[in-house]
Order: sequence, then C-alpha cells, then structure tokens
Amino acid sequence: MSTKQVYLDNAASTPVDKRVLKEILPFFGEKYGNASSVHSSGREGMEAIQKAREKIAKAINAEPEEIIFTSSGTESNNLLIKGFARAGLEKEKHILTQKTEHDAVLHPIEELAKQGFETRVLEVDREGFFQMEEFEKEAGRAGLASIMHANNEIGTIYPIKKIGKICREKGTVFHTDAVQTVGKEKINVKKMKIDALSASAHKFYGPKGAGFLYLKEGIKIEGLMSGGGQERKLRPGTYNTQGIVGMGKALEIANKEMNNAKEKEKKMQKELAKRLMEIDDSWINGPKIGSKRLANNLSAGFEYVEGEAMLIKLDDYGIAASTGSACSSDSLKASHVLLGIGLRPRRAHGTLRFSLGKQNNIQDVKYVGEKMKKVVGELRNISPLKKGVIK
Amino acid sequence: MSEAYSEKVMNYFRKPKNIGEIEDADAIGKVGNPTCGDLMWVYIKVGKKEDKEILKDVKVKTFGCVAAIATSSALTEMAKGMELEEAGKITKQDIADELGGLPPAKMHCSMLALDGLKKAIEEYYGKQYEKSK
Repeated sequence: MSTKQVYLDNAASTPVDKRVLKEILPFFGEKYGNASSVHSSGREGMEAIQKAREKIAKAINAEPEEIIFTSSGTESNNLLIKGFARAGLEKEKHILTQKTEHDAVLHPIEELAKQGFETRVLEVDREGFFQMEEFEKEAGRAGLASIMHANNEIGTIYPIKKIGKICREKGTVFHTDAVQTVGKEKINVKKMKIDALSASAHKFYGPKGAGFLYLKEGIKIEGLMSGGGQERKLRPGTYNTQGIVGMGKALEIANKEMNNAKEKEKKMQKELAKRLMEIDDSWINGPKIGSKRLANNLSAGFEYVEGEAMLIKLDDYGIAASTGSACSSDSLKASHVLLGIGLRPRRAHGTLRFSLGKQNNIQDVKYVGEKMKKVVGELRNISPLKKGVIK
Repeated sequence: MSEAYSEKVMNYFRKPKNIGEIEDADAIGKVGNPTCGDLMWVYIKVGKKEDKEILKDVKVKTFGCVAAIATSSALTEMAKGMELEEAGKITKQDIADELGGLPPAKMHCSMLALDGLKKAIEEYYGKQYEKSK
C-alpha cells in the first residue's frame, strides 16, 4: 500500500476543521446537559445552540428563527418536500424538479407522486442544465419547485437567483438543495428569493450528523416526526448540541475563507483537468472548467475502462475518489445524473469524480494525474475495447 | 463498495492471470451484459490429450468492474487443461467458490465469464461441424 495519501472525495465528506473540533469537544464531557433542560448545564447548551443558529443565519442572510436543525441534508430535503405537501399542497398543483437532483430530493418526490401528487421532472442538456423557458412555464402550475444550487456529481451550478425570481413572481415556493454550495458559494436567501434551503455540516468541514433547513418565515410545513417541542415541533428530538455547535463554527470559518479556498481549488481543478485530459479518449462531464461549475468538482470519463476498477487501483496508490457508476453500489444501474446528461451506460461506468478540498495542494493533484495515467493504461491493457470497436 | 471483496478476488484483480489474446485462437466467445455494460472476450486454443479434446490455452480480455476482472481471470485458471465437455459444466458457484465468495450483487459477473467460455466452446464445435461436412 502507498504511504502517500491523497483524499479527493470532498464532495462526499470533508475532514473536520481543527478549530471546529476544539469548539465541539467540551460538549461531550463537560457541557453535556440536555439543551432543553432548565438547569445551568442545559442552558449552557441552549446558549451555544442559539449562537450557532445566529452564525448560520448570518452566513446565508436569513433570520435565526428561520433555521431548523436536522441530522443531514437528506433529512432537510425530506422535511421540506414531504412536510410542505402534507401541510396542504393542493393535489392539482405540481411539484417541479429536474433530472440531476440528488436522490434525497427525487425519492421523496416520487413517493408523493405515488400518493397522488402531480410531479414534473425537467430534462437536462449535456451540461446538466434544463431550459429556463420550460421551467418558467411549469413554475406557473407548480406549488413547489425544488432545484439544487449545484450538482454533486458533475458540478453544474444552477442559476438560482433567476429561478428564485421566477418562482416569487409565480407564487411558487422555491426550495434549493444547497448541500454542495453552502460554505463554498455565496448564498443570500433574501437576494436570491429562496424560500427553503437544505445544507449539511460535514460538507463544509463540520461534523457528520448535523444539517439544517432554512425555511422562510410564513411558509407552512408539517413535521415528519412526533415528540417533544424542539424546533417549533417541526423537528422534535434531543438537540445534537455538539453537532450544531460544530456546524455553526464550521460555516463561520468556511464563509470567511471562501474566496481563498475557491481560488486555490480553481487552480488545482485546472491542473487536474489538464493532466487527466492528456489521457487519450477521456472527457470532462458537466460545464466547462472556469464556467458555471463548482471549483472543487471534476467529473471525468475514460473510454474502455470501468469506474470501480479504477477506484480500487487508485486506492492502492493512496488516492480516494468516487464513482457514480453502478458497479460500486448495490444497484447495477449507472448514475441517473450521468445518464440524464446523455452519457451511454458504458461511458457512465467509465466516469470518476474527483472533488477537491482545502487540505489538498497542487502536488496532490499532480500525483493523481500521474497515477491515473498508469491506472487507465493498465486497465486498457485488459480491456477488449481498446483495440476493438465499440458496438 | 457496498460489500467487501474477498482477499482472493483482490489478488485476482491486482494480478490477473491469462489476460490477453491468443493470436491463433480456435474460437473467441464475445459476450456482454447489457445492464452493467461489462464485456468479456474469451479466447480458446484446443489441443489433444490422449484422444480427448482439451483447453490447451484460455485467455480473456475484460471491460468491467473488480469482480468482472477477477471472475474472468479465475475462470481461465480453472478451465485451462480441462476437457472441453468438463469445462462446459463449470457453474457460477464453482467460480465464486474459487474466489472465496462474491458479493450477491456481483454474482452476475461470474455468469458472464461462463457465458463467454461456453460461447467460445460452442463456436469451436460449430467450426468443427462445418469442417466435417
């Protein structure tokens, strides 16, 4: 096994920032009271939670009362989509979304469709974009539109300010899954006219198990669980004090350091793309580098080889990346995102996602470029397709 | 990876055996899985041992995941030297056993390798029949 370790799977999860960890630690063994308790240990927890709430609200220009703490991005998406439908969405009003959304948005919507709600999933082009004219037309009939801020697999950044404006004009509630952008891209829920937003702490150097839903004041949803009165009864359950505190600190840091991190990631992204494209018969998925895409994402495909096989070979070199391809999960189907942008299944299976983070440097990226050439070369020697014709 | 691969699977994947083409192959079994996109080309060279036809050499080229590469390689190891008829009786469970087990979602990979070998053997028999006419 390799001694050098390069982690390029930051879109899956990030390391907890040391400053965040320091802030969290006292809440395990010292300030462990239940934040809903009246004694001083509990109150200490609640104070820390309220501070985190303020930090998070400030980071996206929301009000502290508009932040609901959850366990994850998935939970936030479910709470908003199902909770909004259950709170009285008329069945003839559509729920509008698009093809490249995360399963945590698509699956709740599919569930609602089975319960009789009208749903509409917009098709996308090769870069992952849907037609804005089509969106505008559909938005008029929709009660809820859920469009992600940026795609987790191919890095497409959607024009949410424009989408927010359209939705506000049509009277459609606009939710955005911003799991990949909170702490990485500037978000101003007021300016962007966002009604609801989902985020998750472990994507921006916070702990796993902490997420939030921003819900604009006045928008009614129903909670998915019954229990105590936490989070205005919308999300009962004992407060995850350390998680929430960590999320607040992590977002404060991420927002402060956003521009620097982005600049550094852009340079690494460019370098990695250059090196990977030196491999014959390779391509980049999603919008062009330097255009409307995340600075930390690089989805690249390699003809004649398969993703999981590449991942394991990379892992032997100490490199962590990911694939959306079937063969690394229980289902055999290729990623719905890659198929959605029109890749043939075989090409979808030859796609890897590299996602950069602040712990990476340019040397890491050069190392990955060098090893990828070896890995693809080795697998192509095994592949019948390299010399043959693809049918 | 949803389920860990066995040590044997990883060994076959890291150092696959009998990979490549046989220049003067007697038959080639080209198969593919339309669902996952995997492809395997199984090359066979037939020889005689006493009066029985045996697989003198078996090679494979594989496009696919870790399990696909490992199963196709393991099958060639198992089939080499076997009588043609015997080789046609290898089951997907035999391959999985040789590999110390396969995750359930990956059992179809061993099926594909088998299909490739069977197709090559059928092609060989077909050619022999044409010749005998």
